[in-house]
Order: sequence, then C-alpha cells, then structure tokens
Amino acid sequence: MTKRFGGTTAVDGVSIDVADGDFMILLGPSGCGKSTLLRMIAGLEDPTEGEVWIGNRDVTDLEPVDRDVAMVFQSYALYPHKTVQANIEFPLKVRGESPKTRAAAARDAAGMLGLGDYLDRKPGQLSGGQRQRVALARAIVRRPAVFCMDEPLSNLDAKLRGETRAELVGLHQRLGSTFVYVTHDQVEAMTMGTRVAVMSQGVLQQVGTPQEVYDTPLTTFVATFLGTPPMNIFQPGTIEPGNHLVGVRPEHLVMETDGRLGARVVLVEQLGHEVHLTCTVIGDSASRIVVRLPSDGVIPGLGAEIQLDASAQRRHRFDPQTGRRL
Amino acid sequence: MTPAASGAGANPPGTGSAGAGPPGTGPVKAGPVKAGPMGATGGPGRGRITRRRGGNARNQTGLATLMLAPSAVILVGFVIYPLIRAVWLGHKRCDSQGRNCRSNGWDQYLDVFRSVEFQHALWVTVKFALITVPLGLILGVGLAVLADRQLRGIAVFRTIFSSTVATSVAVASLMWLFLLEPNLGVLPKIGWLRDMFPVLKNPGLLADSGTALSAVALTSVWANLGFTFIVVTAGLQSIPKDLYESAYVDGARGWTRFTNVTLPMLGPTLMFVSVVLVSRAFQLYGEVDLLTDGGPNPQDSTTTITYLLYGQDSIIRGNDGLQAAAAVLLFVVLLALSLVQFRGLDKRVHYGS
Repeated sequence: MTKRFGGTTAVDGVSIDVADGDFMILLGPSGCGKSTLLRMIAGLEDPTEGEVWIGNRDVTDLEPVDRDVAMVFQSYALYPHKTVQANIEFPLKVRGESPKTRAAAARDAAGMLGLGDYLDRKPGQLSGGQRQRVALARAIVRRPAVFCMDEPLSNLDAKLRGETRAELVGLHQRLGSTFVYVTHDQVEAMTMGTRVAVMSQGVLQQVGTPQEVYDTPLTTFVATFLGTPPMNIFQPGTIEPGNHLVGVRPEHLVMETDGRLGARVVLVEQLGHEVHLTCTVIGDSASRIVVRLPSDGVIPGLGAEIQLDASAQRRHRFDPQTGRRL
Repeated sequence: MTPAASGAGANPPGTGSAGAGPPGTGPVKAGPVKAGPMGATGGPGRGRITRRRGGNARNQTGLATLMLAPSAVILVGFVIYPLIRAVWLGHKRCDSQGRNCRSNGWDQYLDVFRSVEFQHALWVTVKFALITVPLGLILGVGLAVLADRQLRGIAVFRTIFSSTVATSVAVASLMWLFLLEPNLGVLPKIGWLRDMFPVLKNPGLLADSGTALSAVALTSVWANLGFTFIVVTAGLQSIPKDLYESAYVDGARGWTRFTNVTLPMLGPTLMFVSVVLVSRAFQLYGEVDLLTDGGPNPQDSTTTITYLLYGQDSIIRGNDGLQAAAAVLLFVVLLALSLVQFRGLDKRVHYGS
C-alpha cells in the first residue's frame, strides 16, 4: 500500500500479511507512517495505491463499519457526556441492537476489563488507566475480526503501562482476534507482539517475530532501533577486515587482553544489575561504542584503555551503501 | 523588581490553591476564569508586599490606586451610580418635564409590575424570545455544521454567514424595512410569495398586528445569526477529531453522529449562546423603534419592555419615575432569568474532561 499526502509519501509500497490471530506490532519512530498504515487498515484513510484485504474480502472501498474492525485511539476518544456503559454500548446502539442486548454485551465487556463497578460513571470521573479500559471495552463489545490500536498505552504512566501490557496480551489470548498495534516503544513491541513490522520513513524494514527481528536485523535501521542501548555499528575494517559495516550488540562485546579493538572508557553508567561503558575507539575520538557488562565483574575506570572483541556469530554485517544485511 | 512584577509574583499562592485539586480524582471542571485588574492587585498581593518590603508599601498602594482609578471611575460613574439612581428614581412620580419629582412610595414598583401595560410588554417580550432564541440557535447551528467541512471555497460561505455580526441594528432594520415595505419593498413584489402571503401587500407584514412581532423577530434572528454562527463554528472546531473518527469507525454518521457527538459536545457553547440570545431578546429595542414604533396600534403588538420604558410612542414616555421603575424591573427579570438558565443548564451541560 502507498499513501501520499500532497508531495509527501507517508507510506511507501508497504505490503504486510497479518495472519489470523496475530498480535502484529507496527513499530517505528514518530512520522514513519505506521499510524497512517493503521488508519488505512481501519478505513480512516484511503490508500493512494494498493488494497486492504481482511479475511478473504477486499475491503479497500468499504466503510470502516463494514470492515469488521474496531479502533482504540491514543486519546481513547471517549464520549465525555456519556456514562461508561453508554460509551461501551455505543457501537451496538449505532447498529440498532436492542437496549437489552446492548446492556448485556456492555456488562460482559466491562466485566472482562474489571470495569463492572464503574458503569454509571462518566469518563471524567475515571483515572487514565480506567479510561483506557473503557476504550478497550468499547472495541471488544463489537467482537470485531481486527482490533486496530494506535499507541493506546502512551498516555499512561510507566507502572500502569507495564501492567496494561500484560493485560493486553491476556486479552488477545482470550479473544483470539487479530490485533494490529502501533507503537514507537520497542519494549511494547518485544513483550506483546507475536510479530513485529519495523517501519522507517514510510518503508517497511523487516517483519518477523520479536526474537527474529532482534537477533537478525535486516537493516542497520532495525539493528539500531531495537535494543537499549542500541547496537554498535563499526566502520569497515575496524573490528574485522573487509569493506562492510559490522554491528555488535553492547552485551556481545567482551573485554579481552588480546582483543582486536582498542578503546578508551569515557563514561561509566551504573544501573545496579549491569554497567554500561561508553567508549571511543582509539584513533577515532568521534566514535561512540557502548559495552554492557554484568555489575559483579571487573569494571574498568574512567579513562582506562581496554581491548574489545566479539565472537564471529555475534557480528552482524551490513552493506555500507544500502545498510542491508549481508 | 518593578511594582508590576512583584505584584504578579505575589499572586501565584492565591491562584495555586484554586488549581491544585486532589490529583487524578474528580472531574476536571472548566470553571469561570476569575482574573482581572481588581484581583491581580487586590488584598493578598498587597499583604505580601507589606511583609516583604515594608517601607515601600505606601508607594505600592498609591500606585495601585492610581492604576485602578480609571476603571474605578468608569465603573462607578457609568454603572454603579446610574443603577442606584434608577432604583431611587423608580419610587418617584415626575411631571412631564421630568422635574418636580416627589415620592410615590416604594410600592410603585409593584404597581408598575401589575399594570396592564407592563404585563403586556412582558408577554410580548417573552413571545419574542420564544421565537428568536430557538430559531436563531437552530439556524446558527445548522449553518455552522454545514460550513464546518474542508471544501474548496468554504471560506466564502463562512464569511457570508458571519457577515451579519458586522451589521448594526440600524442598518439591518432599515434593510428589512425596505424588503418588507408593502408598496416599494422587494418581497411583496415577488408574485408567488404575495399570493401565498397576501398580508405582505395588505397591510404589510409590519403593519398587521398578527404578523408584526414575527417580522421583527425575523429581522432580529437575521441580525444575530452571524454571532451565533461564529461562536458555534468555534465550538465545533474545538471538538476533538478523534471523537468523530471513533464514531465513524463505529458506523455513526449523519444524524446519529450529530445527536450523539456534535450536539452534546457543543453543550457549553449552546448554553453561552442561548444566554446571550435571551438577554438580547429581552433588551430588544432598536428593531422595534425603527420598524414598528411599538405598533401596530392599538394592540401595541410589538411594545416590548424596553420600548415601553424608552420608546417615543410609549404610554409612560416622559414619566421618569415610571420609566425607571420599568427599567429596574427589566433588570430583575433578566437577572432571575439568567440565574435560572445557569442553574438549569449547568446540570445538563457537560464541560470537557
């Protein structure tokens, strides 16, 4: 699919196959086109080129309501004048279901998310986490084939976000529906997704399970976007001979007395369970590499010169021109 | 530190307590913003300054008084004094020159309120409000919703719809006078319209006691439409787009979307507009003065309260005491009405979350 707004191309020839029951994460930095892609799936934007298929139906020209999708917005988009119950019921009310069916379905969905006691409240009387659940319940109540979620956790505080991640995974397993979930948060992508699609500047970089994407990044973008601290990219010829870039994750760099790479420590960060060393390659003071060490080992001091190495299977080789994996 | 800066610096403790509620609990309610020259330089600020920089307090107070003086003079001279004076005048009887006033007892207010003339004018005013407020709201919201879409050239329509806000009552009234005039007017010349409403030609919409008030109301609705349109358009644009998109994904469009999203979200705006329209309706004067002079007589079909108390054909014209009494009564009626509106609507109106 492609989407252009005037002169800018937001989504550039992206083709993704989401299997039934997948928890697909669209991951990328802001402005990479992931939200636009999701909005095209939901039917809020028309693709400039390409088609959207859900199941074995071409839904490209269908209205959102006929696509059998539900959407959860970052802002939750709750109706502030309606009670929680009325908010959850709304999709059914639009469809003309009887008040009785509606109320039962709403109570069901609310119960699933632990909102049973709040049905008579207005969204303004709820906490951020509760509002987020109401938005989820409103999506669930229709039993759609596809749930589209646009950064639904980004308005929650860190603790609540962690809890809600686990709940969303549980919800996905219970419902067995397909989730398409947009985020810029790699932790959400790694912990929740069954598959991850990484996007950058409107282009799809890689699709795979979180582990695949982490272990074998197909481009330098994916390599440096996933993982904290991100993967180190070495210039050709520094850590191994050859005319290609080499990527090594911070945890795979080891200190050895006869290591291939001399480096000087410029920053030591104690995180409690581990230590991050920021170093410069000797002879290239502009370079920055990060080494991740267990906190119970030998920690070199600031300004110390160390020798680094990485085993061959831990080195990722990339084309210096295209950034693609070799 | 300059006086202004220290005054502003002293303010936050006062405003802070208003902003800090129990975090995360309770609805966030958009209360009225209380700020102004009086509040900013008032008591608490002065107290703090006294404590901090003792010797300077006198200068500060002097400067503050000086800066407050212009608005205080205007407020006292043009609002408070006339109000007290009108209330005082309301219990007097005067001769036709407005001199030689003597007390007629405070129950003159009651007499005026009970009088046939005042009751009639009140009823005419209420009828006028009942026509203009709902009609103005419906038309204003309708036009605003129609114009609230991204179309090429929509700005032209927005300009046209809001243009009456820049039209004075006099101009609007004269324009409608020319449109409605039975012999020279444009509307009575349109054949089918004249056949449908013979009253246009004979005796004329403004000259028939049955239609005069509606004709004046039409003028007034037209003149107020620009205001309603602009305020409602602003209200529409402040509705989060997410709500519409969410409703769209759920299949709500057209009328369902309007009644479930647009209208409730416009609540505070509509309340504001309706309060303004009601108070404008109760103060209707210019249109009546220019179009009908309170007539047609003898029914006094368009003698509103304001026309009764000020109009040149009014029965109490020249009697300062009675006019003042009627004016004060209008003030009381409007005050009561606004209170009722705010009380009643406040419960049903939702202010964002």
